Amino acid sequence: MKIHIPHSAWLNSIDTFLQEFDPSKPDKLKITFNKKWMSIHPMVLSMIAAIGLKIDSSKIECEKLEATSKHYLERMKLFDFLGVDSGIKIKEHEAAGRFVPLTQIKDSKSLTKFITDVTPLLHLEPIHAEPIRYIMSELIRNVLEHSLSEHGAIVCAQYYEKSNTVRIGIADTGIGVWKSIRESHNPTNDLEAIRMALIPGLTGTTKRAGGTERNAGAGLFFIKSIASINRDFFVMYSGTAMYKLLKRGKKIKLHAEPFDDRHSKRNDLPKLDGTVVGIDLSLDTTQEFTLLLKLLNETLREAIKERKKARYRKPQFI
Amino acid sequence: MINIKLIKQVGPFAENKDIARDIRIKKLIPALEGGKKIVLDFENVEGATQSFIHALISDLIRKYGNEVLDEIQFKSCNETVQGIISIVVNYMQESD
Repeated sequence: MKIHIPHSAWLNSIDTFLQEFDPSKPDKLKITFNKKWMSIHPMVLSMIAAIGLKIDSSKIECEKLEATSKHYLERMKLFDFLGVDSGIKIKEHEAAGRFVPLTQIKDSKSLTKFITDVTPLLHLEPIHAEPIRYIMSELIRNVLEHSLSEHGAIVCAQYYEKSNTVRIGIADTGIGVWKSIRESHNPTNDLEAIRMALIPGLTGTTKRAGGTERNAGAGLFFIKSIASINRDFFVMYSGTAMYKLLKRGKKIKLHAEPFDDRHSKRNDLPKLDGTVVGIDLSLDTTQEFTLLLKLLNETLREAIKERKKARYRKPQFI
Repeated sequence: MINIKLIKQVGPFAENKDIARDIRIKKLIPALEGGKKIVLDFENVEGATQSFIHALISDLIRKYGNEVLDEIQFKSCNETVQGIISIVVNYMQESD
């Protein structure tokens, strides 16, 4: 496998980074870096760390780092995950108020501890902490319950002062969205599987609309909705497909059907065994969580009505 | 009537579905089977995920019907927790 860390890789331009990922020869990993500068989204870090965990560190080759921003990768603990000595010596800064370094979460108990720790780490006001811990908890729990990844979820986050935004990345190298959804449905390809995963009431754990006693199939829909309302980016990459929620227009409207949101999508990317999610949360546009819940309630009602209508049959008179 | 204080088990952010399931199976179902009313006390619980509330109560609505909601009271919920509970209760009653 080969990964090149470019000059910049943010959610609005993540496609360029993803299409250069080379998943061939999966037992080896070669990482190269932009020589001058690297400015990358936590999604990129989580993806590389998750891939690195699957490979013996003796088979991971890292090009010599020259860019001045190399310390960032060290501080985010990327090289610890890869088992590679970067040769970089840094003074460990106090993490509070700035970032959550790459963290591996393999069970429910460590997830609960992580969620407790994350709010003080990012030094957030309650109005901002609420959606962030919600998103992290639900995304990580999704990995633990559905990905079947032996390495669990790899997560990291960073607060960016200039844009007043928290950016989050979560990755796993499990079965991917297609296989997970295919347990109970028939997605034709990776993109269709991502679409299904984002539709409320649809879960890989049952064919039954509305889910089981454990899964309602609404978690990812909630997260996409939080991003949509706050006019933030949300990206999901699995298999060869990527769905990207783009910033909405002025009108606030949630859609149960993800392809009705302002979005971009593709199904021709290099195949990733697993799933990566990236999200940006602008703290300037964070809406009250209670307003969001009201809108979610209305959208779910409409979705259920539509689903019932779609199943409704008229008598056939002959 | 039984009163279940959730904060001790779930913490200030209720997100652990395994704990929700345990409460449902070990406390809620036996109480309902014994004909007792239930008070779920959310005092000091600052937030909850939809997954947690779903794991806590959806199966009760499915098993016992919407009438089970006459037997359960949600106490000391802040606006966020009320919102999440309302969403789960609504979609469980509206889906078939």
